[in-house]
Order: sequence, then structure tokens, then C-alpha cells
Amino acid sequence: MGLFTPQLPKGPYFGVLAEFATPADLYHACERVRDAGFTRWDAHTPFPVHGLEKAMGLGRSPLPWIVLGAGLTGLATGFVLQWWVHTSAYPLVISGKPLFSWPAFIPVTFELGVLFAAFGAVFGMLGLNRLPMHHHPLFRSKVFDRVTDDAFFISVESWDPKFDPSATQKLLASLGARSVELLES
Amino acid sequence: MAQTEAELLDNPVAGEPTLILRSPDFHSITDAVAEPVERPTPRAWWYFFLPSVAVLGLLGVSVAWLVWEGIGIWGLNVPVGWAFDITNFVFWIGIGHAGTLISAILFLFRQKWRTSINRAAEAMTIFAVMCALTFPGIHVGRIWVAYWMFPLPNQMGTWPNFRSPLLWDVFAVSVYGTVSVLFWYVGLIPDLATMRDRAKTQTRKFAYGLFALGWRGSVRQWHNYESAYLVLAALATPLVLSVHSIVSMDFAVSVLPGWHTTIFPPYFVAGAIFSGFAMVLTLMVICRTAFGLEHIVTLRHFDYMAKIMLVTGTIVGYAYTTEFFTAWYSGNPYEVYTFVNRAFGPYAWAYWIMFSCNVISPQIFWFKKARTSIPILFVVSIVINIGMWFERFTIIVTSLHRDFLPSSWDYYTPTFWDLSTLLGSFGLFFTMFCLFVRFLPMVATAEVKTVLPQADPHWHRGPERESKDHRAALRHGGTPDPVTEGAS
Repeated sequence: MGLFTPQLPKGPYFGVLAEFATPADLYHACERVRDAGFTRWDAHTPFPVHGLEKAMGLGRSPLPWIVLGAGLTGLATGFVLQWWVHTSAYPLVISGKPLFSWPAFIPVTFELGVLFAAFGAVFGMLGLNRLPMHHHPLFRSKVFDRVTDDAFFISVESWDPKFDPSATQKLLASLGARSVELLES
Repeated sequence: MAQTEAELLDNPVAGEPTLILRSPDFHSITDAVAEPVERPTPRAWWYFFLPSVAVLGLLGVSVAWLVWEGIGIWGLNVPVGWAFDITNFVFWIGIGHAGTLISAILFLFRQKWRTSINRAAEAMTIFAVMCALTFPGIHVGRIWVAYWMFPLPNQMGTWPNFRSPLLWDVFAVSVYGTVSVLFWYVGLIPDLATMRDRAKTQTRKFAYGLFALGWRGSVRQWHNYESAYLVLAALATPLVLSVHSIVSMDFAVSVLPGWHTTIFPPYFVAGAIFSGFAMVLTLMVICRTAFGLEHIVTLRHFDYMAKIMLVTGTIVGYAYTTEFFTAWYSGNPYEVYTFVNRAFGPYAWAYWIMFSCNVISPQIFWFKKARTSIPILFVVSIVINIGMWFERFTIIVTSLHRDFLPSSWDYYTPTFWDLSTLLGSFGLFFTMFCLFVRFLPMVATAEVKTVLPQADPHWHRGPERESKDHRAALRHGGTPDPVTEGAS
């Protein structure tokens, strides 16, 4: 179980995958799955559907805190680097200005802050999403190819305490799923 | 052109403009964008690509000769120590700015129309920054010590001077390039996954799949993804404004009349956006026709872009005028002389090319007919880019060529190698752009799908929609129109 491989539930099944026709159908189904008390489940869409994270009951993304930390590190790195270069590593008097002429250090400090924050945002996002992960049981489904085109899915994983291969399939079918499929692990 | 005025009118259902015509479903958007990338290479592509590569070769030869012989092959000399190289650098950096404006600033302002053009504009930014970075790299003459620009420990125990705007520039442009690539790549991940899932051959599946990172469109992933995208937009916005401000400080922080003015940062940023939009327009006019994307990149998008060019072009014109006022008002004879010399001296031809291309030509966009006419848009966009190149040339060369000591006065003339390097940079730009449209989806499909009405989870087919039509019609202050209701 490495960093770039999925954590698989024990047992023969990965979970249940149900396809829905429209964002509206998916939205209402998500509300019902959430209210039924499932926890290890997910929805899959070709584009971000507005408000779906609320229908799934997700909290705020912790990403902005990672970005804040990275950005502050960048600002500090930029400022300390310039201070150290101009006061101790290579002190040169330029235009009769003091060695620690901090207003001139602001542009580079700002740029490094932005650079670190941007790296924080991208790698933080990949880390939180556990990407790259090139293999996943969901990719075995024949219909799942269309998740990046025009299909909308709900997957309930088998280690959810409420999971039951037949009952969960029935539940999703009753929510208006176009097709329901049991995936092996 | 099948588009009529009526199609450009507001959509009566949502009370919002229709951004994507022909009311497509999600799948047809995917098809429209992905198919041109999956088709066998069309012959027409080679007609663009091969000349571009040939011109790129010219850049290679010019740079190789420069490294071999030294910067003496260029026409610059005291007192004009900066000429084509820095002009080209500022020009290309400016082109890039529209991409970031479209992808970041318009995103923060919730301008949904950006989704049709942001991918191509961001790609344009990256290629423009590549062209721009070539010039400071080669103009130092001894390219093999270009790493001295960076604060790296070295055998001489020296460090760069962080109080110099030129060093700020190194940081600003390299950070800008890096963040632009990150932003573009993050936007590409879902579309690379689309290409992966549509791929028919193992090679394509592997290549797209590798870079799609195993994206599976999970809402838990989208949740962090959207947060990252918003944060990147919020970071890129002050960044793009800082970049051209810092570029302008290369000039403004010096004490040279014609350069030493506080108006430079906003003036440069407005000019950058102006020229960048012109370049986006030039490219999109060609691409939408070549790839059959007229329903995704519509006349409405061109209308909006033309308005932005009208605004920024007028800001630039205001800045040109203010410079003269400030020179006169300063009472400084050197300052006054520089500006009179700029408009009426030996380089008057360059000044008036700049003025007529940048200030007079965009005024045609006061008329909606011009803003929605493809031939006018195409011609004016090229005229504007010529004008913006001359703006940088005028600022740099006319301020330098008559310095404080009349015995040093000179008239700069470009050599063959100056011109070949400029032309060659266009080869680099168009080669990269041709490769981009050939191998990557040039429209952000995942984002375009979000602006379709059916992407809204509260969108309903059937009886409920009728009542929505009634509400929209009442909001517009009329009775529901049976024709549009039936048609839409």
C-alpha cells in the first residue's frame, strides 16, 4: 500500500457504482445517500457541479491553510535571503544607502511568497487528493470511462459500515440511477 | 456566418447571456474539442507548422552567431545600449499578460465567458514568456555566465544586488513563468483525463494518462481542486500586475528623462493587457475557424475582448498624453526636450506608428458592427500588436539616443541579426502554439460544461421550466414570449 496506490477495502468487493443521467439527479441522490448515513462514498462528475459538496456534506477544504503556510515560508525565505546577502554575505554600499535597506527588498520578497504559495496550492491539492494514482478499481468499470465526458456517478465503498452489496445497490437504484454495478476489489 | 444578431441577444430563460451557441449537450462539447486533437494531422496544420519551424531555425542560427561573435552583431552601441533585445523582451512579456488576465482576474470577477478562451490564452502566456526569457538570457553577451543573475553561491563569493530592479525582474519573470505553467497544468488535468478516457491507442492512453495523474472526477477531488484553482487565481492576479510593474521599473528607477516617471507601472500593465488581448484575438480568429469551434468561441466573446481592448487602448493613449503634460509641467528642459524629440525628432516615424496603431485604431471598437466583424477584429488586432512593439521601441530607443552629451548623440539602426532574432522569436512562439493545438485540448472542456444551463443542479426539464420562463420574462418587464419559450 504505497503512496500512489489506492487503499483497498478487505473482502471481495470494492463497492457499488451507480450512474445518473443529469447533475440534478446526482445532486438529489447525493443528498439521500448523505442522509442515509454513509461515510465512505464519493460522487464523480466531468466538471465541478455547483453545491455538490454541500449535498455530500463535505466540510471546507483545508488547502488554504497549506497555501498560507507555504506563502509565509516564501516571504520569510525571500526577506531573510536578501537581509543575509546584503548585511553579512556580501555587504556592499550602493548609492550611499544603508546595508539593510528593506524597502528595496519588497519585490523579491513578494515574488518568492507567491512562488512558494503557488507550489503549496498545486502540490497541496495533489497531496490532499492522493494524486498521482494511476490505478484504481473504479477504472475497471466499463461505463466509468464517461466520467470525464458526460456521465455522473456515485460510488459507495465496501468498508462503509452501512454497506451491503444488495441493499446498497437497491438503494441507489431507487434514487433514479440509470445503471448500478458491483465492482470487485 | 450563421450567427445572427438574435443569437447574440440575451437568453430569456436564465436572464443571462448565452455563451455557447447551438445549445449543445455535454458530450458534444467534449467531441467538438477533442476530435481535432484525435484526427490524423490535417494538411493545413503543416502549412502553419513547417514555416514556423523554419523561422524558429532562424532564431537558432541568430543566437548561435551571437554566442560565437558577441553582441557586436547587433546595431546597438553607446548611447543606445538597449534596443531590439529589451524591446522584444518587454513586448513578449506584455503579450503574456492577457492570458493571466483571462485565466485569473476574470475568474475572480466571475466572468463566465472566459471559459471558452482561457486555455488557449494561458498557453499563449507560457509561450510568450518563453520568447521573452530568451532575450535577457542572450543580451548579456556571455550566455554561459547567465546564472550570475541568480543568487547562487559561486567560486567568487559574490552575490547579486537585490536593490536593483533588474534583479527584481529576474525574480518577477521567472516566478511568473513558473506560476503560469502551474496554473495551466492544473486546469489541464481534468481535460487530460478526458483525452485518456477517449484514447483509442495504447500510446495515447499512456501519454495522456501519465499526465492526467489518474484523475477520476471525484467530488472530494474537485473540492480541493476548486480551492486550489481559486487560490492560484488569487495569487496570479497580484503577480501579473507586479510583473509588468517591475518590468517598467527597469526604466522608471533610472534617472533618464523619458524613463524616470511614476506613471510607468500602470501604463505598462494597461499596455500589456492591450497587446495580449490583441494576440489572443489574432490566434482565436484563426483557431475557431480551423477547428470548427465557432459555437464555443462566439462573436460575443470577441465583442467582450474588443471592449477590453478599447478600454486599455484608451488608457494607453491617456498615458501617452500625460507624459507630455508632465514633461511640460515639470519645467525640466531635459524632460521637455526628450518628449519633443520623441514626437518630432528623428524617430518621429516610430512614435506616430505607435500612436496611430494603439490609440486611433482601437477607437473603431466604439461600434458594435466593428466588434463583431471578424475581418475588422483580425486586422485591428495585428495593427495593435505592431503598435505595441513600436511603443516599447519608442520608449527605449528615443530616450537613449540623445543623451546628456550632444557629442555622443547617435541614430540607432537595426542590423540583419536584430531583425532575424525578432522574427525568430515569432517562430518559437508559433511552433509552440502549433504543437499545443495539435496535441492538447485547446478549450477547457470541463470549464465550458459548467456554463451550460443544464450543468446547474437546479435546472429542470419539464413543467417547472415554464414557470422559470415566466419569472425571467417578468424580470425583463414584459409578458412571456411564446416564440422564445417554444424555441429554447
